[in-house]
Amino acid sequence: MRRWLIAALVLLLGKLRRRRALPPGPPPREPDRKAENATFVLLFLSMLASAAFVVLYVANPDTQFLGLAVGFALLALAAACAVAAKRVVPEVQGEEPRPQLLHVDDQEETLAALRQGGEGVSRKRFFLLMGGGAAGLLGTALLAPALSCGPDASRVLTRSPWHRGRRLVTERNEPIVADGIVPGELLTAFPEGARKEQLASPVVVVRVRPDELDLPEERKAWAPDGLLAYSKICTHAGCAVSEYRYPLHDPTAPGPALVCPCHYSTFSVTNGGNLIFGPAGRPLPQLPLEIDGDGHLVAAGDFSGRIGPSWWGVRRG
Amino acid sequence: MRLLLAAVVVLALASSAQATGDPQRGRELFRTGCQSCHGVDARGIRGTAPSLHGAGAAAADFYLSTGRMPLDAPKRQPDRTEPPFNRQAIDDLVAYIGSLGGPPVPQVDVARGDLAEGQRLFAENCAACHQIAGRGGVMAGAYVPTLLKATPRQIVEAARIGPYVMPVFSKEQLSDTELASIARYVEYAKNPENPGGWELFDIGPVPEGMVSWLIGLLALLLVIRVLGKQEAP
Repeated sequence: MRRWLIAALVLLLGKLRRRRALPPGPPPREPDRKAENATFVLLFLSMLASAAFVVLYVANPDTQFLGLAVGFALLALAAACAVAAKRVVPEVQGEEPRPQLLHVDDQEETLAALRQGGEGVSRKRFFLLMGGGAAGLLGTALLAPALSCGPDASRVLTRSPWHRGRRLVTERNEPIVADGIVPGELLTAFPEGARKEQLASPVVVVRVRPDELDLPEERKAWAPDGLLAYSKICTHAGCAVSEYRYPLHDPTAPGPALVCPCHYSTFSVTNGGNLIFGPAGRPLPQLPLEIDGDGHLVAAGDFSGRIGPSWWGVRRG
Repeated sequence: MRLLLAAVVVLALASSAQATGDPQRGRELFRTGCQSCHGVDARGIRGTAPSLHGAGAAAADFYLSTGRMPLDAPKRQPDRTEPPFNRQAIDDLVAYIGSLGGPPVPQVDVARGDLAEGQRLFAENCAACHQIAGRGGVMAGAYVPTLLKATPRQIVEAARIGPYVMPVFSKEQLSDTELASIARYVEYAKNPENPGGWELFDIGPVPEGMVSWLIGLLALLLVIRVLGKQEAP
């Protein structure tokens, strides 16, 4: 706190000092109106692109157009800066041959030369307004995605559509026949009637030989006939766990595991999704399964732990 | 009439070419080439190599025609090599393993597949490991082979049997037509159309992105240099 106060004080003093105006001198140079206008146009274009980003983000968040808008805003701003630096603000190189300034006249001369740097620009206020506007709008555009992280976000992330008795369906909304899944196959399934885009919706279903299973005591009933389901969302960074390593012959190949293609987090299938390799910090949540009277797969409850990527505070189950 | 007869003969030859293997000769070959690991009568040796009863002709044709078997060291990942057996010997061995039960060698008609559909399915089901360009890569615990040399038949066989650590794709997951589409896409990816420019060995979007980054950075450096150049006083 004290440090901040001191910093504020120093800033204030600096501002007061700058108030002491330099003595007036002759206007040294004609402003380059053409370059100034070009700068204004570029700054205006940058503002338009930034505003377009915000509008697009709210109305139709297509990443291609969002990228184009923000890219164009940055490009126009950069071009405006380049034109201003090259053409609007005069560059004067001065040498000071004197060892010291003893005479008042010399001092005035030097001050006048110093002021030249800022004097060759007309409409300085407008410049400040346009530059500030462009930078401000760009800042707004970059902050716009924060709209998506309302107070609701954590609830959306953790809400699970799974409950006891909910049927599993394929991508084409067909119920899954338990006997149709062969060992070595990786099937992506969703809860019947729920939104597939929801983070907790997709699961992967695999079948192993029942004698291969090594589940903890409380999960013994979760894998009927060796059928297992795990969340498809990696607990590391939230990628889709889309690789399945299923050895044909265990003694000569690594064990069955689900692998995330992003950072190679590898989760064992047979012992409840524990991590074998990779950066993930916790096991893949398991979904208990049942087979209903028609031979279709249904959920027998909710996940064994929290689904989705890990962030602060979410390291365990 | 003569033409018809000739056609019939050609057809008969073609269909018999699919199954010219002699299981008896295959059994002899098995004894000398495979038995030391797969055991007497292909019953397998615990800890060394699996039983081949129920493996099927599809698996035998895949492993033998890609030269993955015979394997010089049983613990090693089977890699693609020049097959040591000639086609006739492979057919004989396939006939023998096929006689022990299991899925037959699949028939593939690449022309029935749809290229665009194939690319979509490949991206969804295969690209996570084999890369969208089909050039292979690595995976936790195994190398992923390139598909450059794989024939359509080998691709369909691999999908159905799931060799080494590759998962199985059953008919419910990918139908025969869908697999034909995938095989067609792989055929295309071996020699993709180039609208122009430098194809960068067709190894996919990552190196292409790298190159555009490098070019972009160079261009930025040039701009910085031009802007920062001081005019002579």
